Amino acid sequence: MTSELATRPSGDSAVLSGRADGRQPLWRSLARWETGLVVVLVGVLIWASVKSPTFTDPSTLFYIGVNTGYTAIMALPMTFVVMTGEIDLSVASMLGLAGSTVGYLWHHGWNIWAAFAVALAVGVVGGALNGVLVARFGLPSIAVTIGTLTMFRGLAEVLLGSLTIPSLGDQQFPEWLTNIGVNSIPGSQLSWSMLLFVVLAVIFGVVLHVTPLGRAMVAIGLQPEAAKFAGIRVNRMKFWLFVLSGLISAFAGILVTLQQASVSYNVGTGLELNVVAIVLFGGVSIFGGRGTILGVVLSVAIVGSLQMALVQLNVSADKQNIVTGVLLLISVIVPNGAAALRRARDYLRRRARPRPL
Amino acid sequence: MTGIGAGRRTLVPAASAVLAGGVLAACSSTSNDGGGSSPAGSAGASSGGIKSGLTVYFIPKDTQNPYEVLADEGGQKALKELGGKVVVSSGTQDTAAAQQPSIQAAIQAHADAIVIAGNDPSALCPSLNTAARQGIKIVAFDSDVQCGDSPNHLFINQADTKTIGTSEVDLLAKQINSEGQIAILSAAASATNQNSWIKYMKEQLKKYPKMKLVDTVYGNDDPATSLSVLQGLISGYPNLKGIISPTTVGISTAAQYLDTHSDVAKRITLTGLGLPSEMRKYIKDGTVESFELWNPSDLGYLAGYAAAALASGTPLQEGATFESGSLKKTYTMQQGDGELSVVLGPPTVFDKSNIDDFNF
Repeated sequence: MTSELATRPSGDSAVLSGRADGRQPLWRSLARWETGLVVVLVGVLIWASVKSPTFTDPSTLFYIGVNTGYTAIMALPMTFVVMTGEIDLSVASMLGLAGSTVGYLWHHGWNIWAAFAVALAVGVVGGALNGVLVARFGLPSIAVTIGTLTMFRGLAEVLLGSLTIPSLGDQQFPEWLTNIGVNSIPGSQLSWSMLLFVVLAVIFGVVLHVTPLGRAMVAIGLQPEAAKFAGIRVNRMKFWLFVLSGLISAFAGILVTLQQASVSYNVGTGLELNVVAIVLFGGVSIFGGRGTILGVVLSVAIVGSLQMALVQLNVSADKQNIVTGVLLLISVIVPNGAAALRRARDYLRRRARPRPL
Repeated sequence: MTGIGAGRRTLVPAASAVLAGGVLAACSSTSNDGGGSSPAGSAGASSGGIKSGLTVYFIPKDTQNPYEVLADEGGQKALKELGGKVVVSSGTQDTAAAQQPSIQAAIQAHADAIVIAGNDPSALCPSLNTAARQGIKIVAFDSDVQCGDSPNHLFINQADTKTIGTSEVDLLAKQINSEGQIAILSAAASATNQNSWIKYMKEQLKKYPKMKLVDTVYGNDDPATSLSVLQGLISGYPNLKGIISPTTVGISTAAQYLDTHSDVAKRITLTGLGLPSEMRKYIKDGTVESFELWNPSDLGYLAGYAAAALASGTPLQEGATFESGSLKKTYTMQQGDGELSVVLGPPTVFDKSNIDDFNF
């Protein structure tokens, strides 16, 4: 929890007026959300182990990693973007575009590493496009990224059309690379994509919670105007966060292409909502300025375990969607509900005070 | 839910017996510790005899497509007759990623067979291969997977791919006097089955020099998307005479549109693959003259019988045969395009004369 402490000094602003009376330090309310997530996670694990005879099979860990690893990776830059009060809905389409780029170049005989490099470059360019439109032209990110969501997917369809790569006559992708989709890291049940997520989560956590960069993101999310006056280059920060989001999404596109040993233009369609759900359920405020990487990691573990257990129990897919939707609602209602309650209480108290005078 | 859990437990001995039978000789997986420690049992079933207590996972493209729901029901009927059971599992979206967890669940539950309609020709191959290595038999239906020999699988072809493509063109040609601009309203651009039918449609169109294919659009088997690409077609090609929609979602959306736009319906003739239950109204009020389809329930039923036969020891090789219950036919596996398949039968044409005879 020391990491949350680090965000405290910068969070000193009007938004936190609840703290003026010394009652509700920000870190404590955050700690409660994460504690809540730990309880939920333990609950899900116990429930799943009791209900599903196969949940305790060691391979479950591997499958959760394979299924959620690449989505979870995209949740990290999304956390940064949401922290600054913006959103990037184009991540899944960028995943599809990057995967399609790899497929297209492979289809045309390129070296696999060169294809990866181009795909990552596409991610940077696409992210920069979002960044320019949001940071430079001041357009709302939700509108901009809905636009690029459609555009990136459209470009992917232009690249591959009805082809699935490798198509007839193509070489298969190198098997030692595609094995990440079927083999775990030797000696463990951890999938490669999950390992990458863990490593990236540590890096993102350090950046967010102990560096000036992270404090700047929090400040922007809480009070963009105040952050600007405090000397933080708000627009530049937002621009680079969108670039980062594009790059990491492209990387996730490469991962999923390798895991499935193939790619078609529609890979990952609709995944952006899962990414946003993971981030919000992890306790990151949709209004910015509040949230931890730890919360997002816990959220990934909960969502991944829950999905696996529901499939094992053969709960129908539409009901699984309802569960995801409920999680999302809880994550929006509970923190805001708590804040509303606090406001109501403060209001009543203020009203109560003058009366004796 | 608990019933399913208990059922899986009782299944483990049966699956273990199959594993012990040597199918898994090459398995070096770390994830199957439970299956290896089974008592040695004889897995030898006499050819033709179907084991009882089989569990078959049906993994449709998604859980809502009415056509595949019928196929799943057919499979359930087949396994019920054979003393086994079907678990239907899939996602709500037509993507390979949505089907992946269902394959994993089948592996973990030590299912005897997987019957799958692939959302992608090759993205599922690695997982299916893992399943096959653990002794699970793979059967594909509706939309085939192209995995080469890893894993080997049997494809249940609803009807000869070529026959479907050519017959739809013939059906339309008859209705528009073999001339005019036509278009195709398909499912997803990556859908395996639609694409191979379209290939044969194009070949068949060479026989009708006055019919010109002007566009192929993709509605992603989603009514809203299908409607918007349909409107694009209608406004983009004012001289369009005919539309072929080789997907149930596409044709019903288009029929609904034509039904409410009689001016457009006057000049455009619609045909393709549809469900009698969804199309009955439009056939009766004359919006659509005829369309075709095979019986999806029979398709799932046959897939169920095939899966049970394979799981009971019928070899996966050319010339191997299996029975098909109430279809009253012995099917023989045939090698073609590098894979084994059987063909259900020719598609049925539905029009005013017979639409009421079919209740699916």
